[in-house]
Amino acid sequence: MTIAIVDSGVANLTSVRAALKRLNAEVEITAEPAKIRAASHVILPGVGAAPAAMSQLQAKGLIDVLRSLTQPVLGICLGMQLMFDRSEESGGCACLGVIPGDVKQLPAKPGMPIPHMGWNQLSIQAAEHPLFKGIPDGSFVYFVHSYAAPVSQATLASCAYTDTFTAVANRENFFGCQFHPERSSAVGRRILENFMRL
Amino acid sequence: MLAKRIIPCLDVKNGQVVKGVRFRDHEIVGDILALAERYRDEGADELVFYDITASSDGRMVDRAWISRVASAIDIPFCVAGGIRTVDDARAILANGADKISINSPALESPGLIDEMAKEFGVQCVVVGIDSKRENDDTVVYQYTGDESKTVRAKRNTLAWAKEAESRGAGEIVLNCMNQDGMKNGYDIKQLTALRETVSIPIIASGGAGALEHFAEAFEKSRVDGALAASVFHKQILTIGEVKSYLNKRGITVRI
Repeated sequence: MTIAIVDSGVANLTSVRAALKRLNAEVEITAEPAKIRAASHVILPGVGAAPAAMSQLQAKGLIDVLRSLTQPVLGICLGMQLMFDRSEESGGCACLGVIPGDVKQLPAKPGMPIPHMGWNQLSIQAAEHPLFKGIPDGSFVYFVHSYAAPVSQATLASCAYTDTFTAVANRENFFGCQFHPERSSAVGRRILENFMRL
Repeated sequence: MLAKRIIPCLDVKNGQVVKGVRFRDHEIVGDILALAERYRDEGADELVFYDITASSDGRMVDRAWISRVASAIDIPFCVAGGIRTVDDARAILANGADKISINSPALESPGLIDEMAKEFGVQCVVVGIDSKRENDDTVVYQYTGDESKTVRAKRNTLAWAKEAESRGAGEIVLNCMNQDGMKNGYDIKQLTALRETVSIPIIASGGAGALEHFAEAFEKSRVDGALAASVFHKQILTIGEVKSYLNKRGITVRI
């Protein structure tokens, strides 16, 4: 089993790689299409803004590579948002479109600063899904984001802040976590472990 | 619901974790990585590492330990101390820190806050304020890592906090110097005044010594996180005890 972490050129990959290494996974950070296709699992991390990340993927010739993957793929934070059809961040851009829906800015509410940052609770809709094995409903995970996907048919778990948004999304082999499993202590570790077993 | 955060602060000096009383007389309390792992295991929500000598010595925080911490722990952490430029901050974030905190250098050139927020996003930029109550006012102090160099920054605490927020600070750590290391409670009056001044997250610092001090800061001053050092280093309280107490009082914490 080899896990490919997609090197989009904008993300800080240190923490994600370290989290997988702690699980004794074979990890390779790469932007090479052949290596990404050959990996048993693929992780698409990301920080920063969606249009910049999409331009990077475009420049590296990875858009069609990622869309055509058939092994389990996990997008983390911005990486998850890139899996949807569109993001309205920074003027808006088309994304990978492997999970239906658009990513929108979290609404503002008095006394609730954006970005949504800190430990918040998962409301698990698909309790039977293997990704949530050993994860109780209401578990806390670590979020840092200003944009999110609304709740839809692709939602496996949601989270409530200024609005209820998709915390975990899935369509076919594509999964996304709005939170950072690599910074979510034991719960995050278990989710990564579960993903590696898919 | 967003959890209230309990944050142990590790003051780092010459590669060791130290803790003084009222910013003086630093005693060594242990190895950085060992303490970081212990606090992670006890349920810390986040860690803050302050290189307390860095700013007053005019040198940059040593980075070697940052990537070791980033590889070993799986909770967010913030690094503070002598971060003077966007490049300093970039190097620390590239080593795996989740946030950087600036204090004295932001007072020297407040535009640094704007630059860092633009470059890395407000979520990465924490502004630390060392504040002292004097007569009826609260004033900012600078270079507090070294008592011989500590000076009054000629700024009012609330005005500076407001300015930091408008420049792009994502969070403020208010260290109330009168209380620091005294273990007789957070400065509730000062924290409440800050809560009424800014809407970004506030982390209370200085004075935690008993379970009820944590509850007071969350209930009365509505802060988002509570930072403490000596009470955890000296194992007067464990993070688990604090969280279980807060939970019983109906305060949302990650257990």
